[in-house]
Amino acid sequence: MGQSTVTGTDATFAELIGSDIPTLVDFWAEWCGPCKMMDRPLEEIAADRAGQIQIVKLNVDENPSTAMQYGVMSIPTMMIFQAGQEKKRLVGARSKAQLEAEIASFVS
Amino acid sequence: MAEKVLVVGSGPAGLTAAIYAARADLDPLMIEGMERGGQLMLTTEVENFPGFPEGIMGPELMDSMRKQAERFGTRIVSSDVTKVDLSSRPFKVWVGDDLYEAESLIISTGASARWLGIPGESRLRGYGVSACATCDGFFFRDREIAIVGGGDSAMEEAIFLTKFASKVTIVHRREEFRASKIMSQRALDHPKIEVLWNTTVEEVLGDDLVTGLRVKNVKTGESSTLPVEGFFLAIGHDPNTSIFQDQLDLDPSGYIVTDSGSTKTSVDGVFAAGDVVDHYYQQAVTAAGMGCRAAIDVEHWLNEN
Repeated sequence: MGQSTVTGTDATFAELIGSDIPTLVDFWAEWCGPCKMMDRPLEEIAADRAGQIQIVKLNVDENPSTAMQYGVMSIPTMMIFQAGQEKKRLVGARSKAQLEAEIASFVS
Repeated sequence: MAEKVLVVGSGPAGLTAAIYAARADLDPLMIEGMERGGQLMLTTEVENFPGFPEGIMGPELMDSMRKQAERFGTRIVSSDVTKVDLSSRPFKVWVGDDLYEAESLIISTGASARWLGIPGESRLRGYGVSACATCDGFFFRDREIAIVGGGDSAMEEAIFLTKFASKVTIVHRREEFRASKIMSQRALDHPKIEVLWNTTVEEVLGDDLVTGLRVKNVKTGESSTLPVEGFFLAIGHDPNTSIFQDQLDLDPSGYIVTDSGSTKTSVDGVFAAGDVVDHYYQQAVTAAGMGCRAAIDVEHWLNEN
């Protein structure tokens, strides 16, 4: 599978969420089992909806200041941003269908 | 065409069943579920799975089992089963709108973490309340936290959480732990761990983030506030059997009832293995053993039917 998601870092975060298109950020870590379940659905959505929504993966272990800034206390957490503003926060793993439903109002 | 055997769930029981069924040329289809890999995905070091003298990380063990199942041709669907109809054969299994039919079923849906159901708990989930210490312990560096429970998992998680937290209070409703001696002692001896005996958690406090717990001493009836920023649950598990209700015999706690000495359920052609059946042993290795038995039972059953 090719990679359609974008790897975010503390340094690039502000620029990424300021994108012209909505951005879903997946806060994850290597040691989090449930986070691994999100890999495939997010990769598929990123590929299916290229140009409509940007999917950013942010490793909280390597980028603790962004996670701290947004008060992430549980992973997986996914946040949807529009023009740099947090619009929605999902805590806990979701299926692809559930994710599609959550992002529906942000992609047209 | 109906599948010969469909496996629901992907913990040690389901994956072992799939490995055996695949090697027996039954071409199994597995619906692994959203909680792929089961409860071991939420653990860190597994020290008691035979064959790993140095221990192995739970998620790594499950990835290896999954690869082994795939190596012999197991096909895997990564979603939750939403509905089943076991009233006639082939059995019908739905994943959303997708229908799968199967001559035989192995149910290994396991069990999921139990919640207390107290005020504040679900509202503050992800904001200081967690049922996954390995996932979320990281976010509580140098903070004081509490964990409720008294079994081996609670001890293990409390000890794990001391890697991050400045203090871990175990809140337990009785005056001794249910956990094994070795695990209890490890927790009790830990300098960062304190225990509140005979105490129940009545409410999780906090507006946007957890600020404390309202706890009650069950001996004196006295309520007090325990100031903590994190609250972890390790109070056991409930079997994942809601989709089988009214279709399979379940015991009063919701576990699937099987014939003694086999993995047969109350419906001919439906077999069950692992924590969804077993409320007593609940080990990775016992679940794997039952999964093996279920696959062998299925193979015999398919030969006879």
